[in-house]
Amino acid sequence: MTDIVSLLTTRHAYVLFVLLSTIGLYILMADENLVKKIIGLNMFQTGVFLFFVTSAYRVGGSAPVLENGGPYVSPLPQVIVLTAIVVGISLTAVGLALTIRLYNEYGTLRVDALREVIGDE
Amino acid sequence: MSDVLLALLITVPLTAAVFPLLLGLRFERAGWPIALAGTLATAVMALLLAVDVYTASLAPTTEGQRLVHELAGYPAPYGIELVGDGLSALVALLISVVAVAVLVYDRSTQRPNAFYSGYLLLTGGLFGMALTGDLFNLFVFLEIVGLVTYALVASGDGGESAYGALKYLFVGTVGASFYLLGVGYVLVSTGTLNMLEAQSALAAEGLGYTDPLVQAAFGFILVGFMLKIALFPLHTWQPDAYTHAPDTVSAFISALVSTTAAYALIRISFDVFTVDFFAANPLIAEGVVLLASVSIVVGSLLAAMQTEVKRVFAYSSVAQFGMIVVAIGLNSETALLGAVIHLIGHGIMKATLFMGAGLFSDAYGASTISEYAGLAKRAPYTGGAMAVTGLALVGIPPSIGILGKVFIGLGAIEAGSWAVAVVIFVSTLLTLTYVARLIEAMYFKTPTEVELDETAATESAEHAPVTESTLADGGRDTRIPRDRLAVVVVFALSTVVLFASFGLFETMLEPVFGRFFQ
Repeated sequence: MTDIVSLLTTRHAYVLFVLLSTIGLYILMADENLVKKIIGLNMFQTGVFLFFVTSAYRVGGSAPVLENGGPYVSPLPQVIVLTAIVVGISLTAVGLALTIRLYNEYGTLRVDALREVIGDE
Repeated sequence: MSDVLLALLITVPLTAAVFPLLLGLRFERAGWPIALAGTLATAVMALLLAVDVYTASLAPTTEGQRLVHELAGYPAPYGIELVGDGLSALVALLISVVAVAVLVYDRSTQRPNAFYSGYLLLTGGLFGMALTGDLFNLFVFLEIVGLVTYALVASGDGGESAYGALKYLFVGTVGASFYLLGVGYVLVSTGTLNMLEAQSALAAEGLGYTDPLVQAAFGFILVGFMLKIALFPLHTWQPDAYTHAPDTVSAFISALVSTTAAYALIRISFDVFTVDFFAANPLIAEGVVLLASVSIVVGSLLAAMQTEVKRVFAYSSVAQFGMIVVAIGLNSETALLGAVIHLIGHGIMKATLFMGAGLFSDAYGASTISEYAGLAKRAPYTGGAMAVTGLALVGIPPSIGILGKVFIGLGAIEAGSWAVAVVIFVSTLLTLTYVARLIEAMYFKTPTEVELDETAATESAEHAPVTESTLADGGRDTRIPRDRLAVVVVFALSTVVLFASFGLFETMLEPVFGRFFQ
């Protein structure tokens, strides 16, 4: 019991990372709506970003600028997340563009309906 | 040593990608010549790189033949390294050769200029994956490749291609995110993203290979790449994407995209985690072997069950990549040599088969095996090229297909995994069944009624069952354009000629493997 409490109070960011990514992954797999799938995908990626940002944090750390004096938070994961966010946005844009094209073509956003029309195995 | 070729290989196609769109504002058909110039330039550079690496490995020094370029002049632990060794030089050479060939094959197709921008971006991204020595940089290139591939798959007509691309996007993004998560775990445990730095940090005392953090890191990276490579049961995106993409695109991505992902998995498994990791975690090594073996058998079975030709080839890739990944878990130098040869060989063979299938579907509207009936009589060269390549895929000597398979099998026996050797043998038989079905249809079956009518009226170019583009307006000889045919035939012959290239592979890979299995 105390284990869970200490986990939630000191490691809550990691718990949140696991929750966000698994919920996102579940939406991506289970939901039939294409737009919701893309939202799930975004949640999943956000979870991963949260993991990176959390891993960079240290108690009492300051921004890694020399005048501040140490200890610093690690700048590397933050740069990674910044790049990964850009990648994520591009993916969302391409995904939504394809969704719009599918909607114009078939008039539906539901995967089960699309599967029926296209005859996917 | 700084080698500027490595940086140019990536930047030239990426920069060239701007010009089809830019010049497209003025000239309508600017895309193809620019793309050809860009890919030809990379081909020359990749050849120079391969020659450099080859001469370096003939006179091995202590450093081996590892050419390094530090981006922006920052040294290794702080900056990003580009690395050229025997393994990456071979993959780079494959990328440039296939890129040029597919482009030549695609000449007569009318495509918007944006297509060629995408094509060059994809080429540049693939080179980036092949040459980078940094874990996060690899993720960025993985996503560049992914994004452009989704766009190119969707460039086919109709909604199916968009559907296939979207499915690919979902699965591919999850795969890349899993990889990123694995990289995060490596970063947390080692504090570096440079591959060799991470290797020495992992090998250093204190952390150990059996640490759950390190094991989880490898697990995430493995799953991520399994999704990208399309191993069973994570292959579901791949047949749709390959089938619905335009023929040119399926030839290009089937030959290169999964190939570079498999290359990256090999690179990370042996350059970051090393053989000691697998020795310390026998369960993980066995798990890799088991998953890959299942992929080999199921992929082959699924391929044998398909009726559509492009789907047969797509599922066959699932099996062939299983064979490559199996070598990672075997921990045997012989098997890994076979895997790399098979990686290169499979790329060339699949490109040939998909291009051949494209010729047949353009000229005769044939896309299923039954529609292939009697086609070898009407198009003997294309039929012959496909038959030769198909047999190379089965592993009939002399061909590059047998080289890879034999060495993976030998490595399996050396490592004491008889089951894997049996799996490879069974899969060879299954490959034979689907290739034989294709050859039987092309050479020994008489065309069905629809096609009989058509044969009677040889001159008529209109094909009944599928209304799609029949190219010709004359006799049957002009149906298959010469330049396209030439590309396919040259590639088919190369699968045979490369049988003699074993010494080349061995020389180039020896220093790399010496580092992997020290």
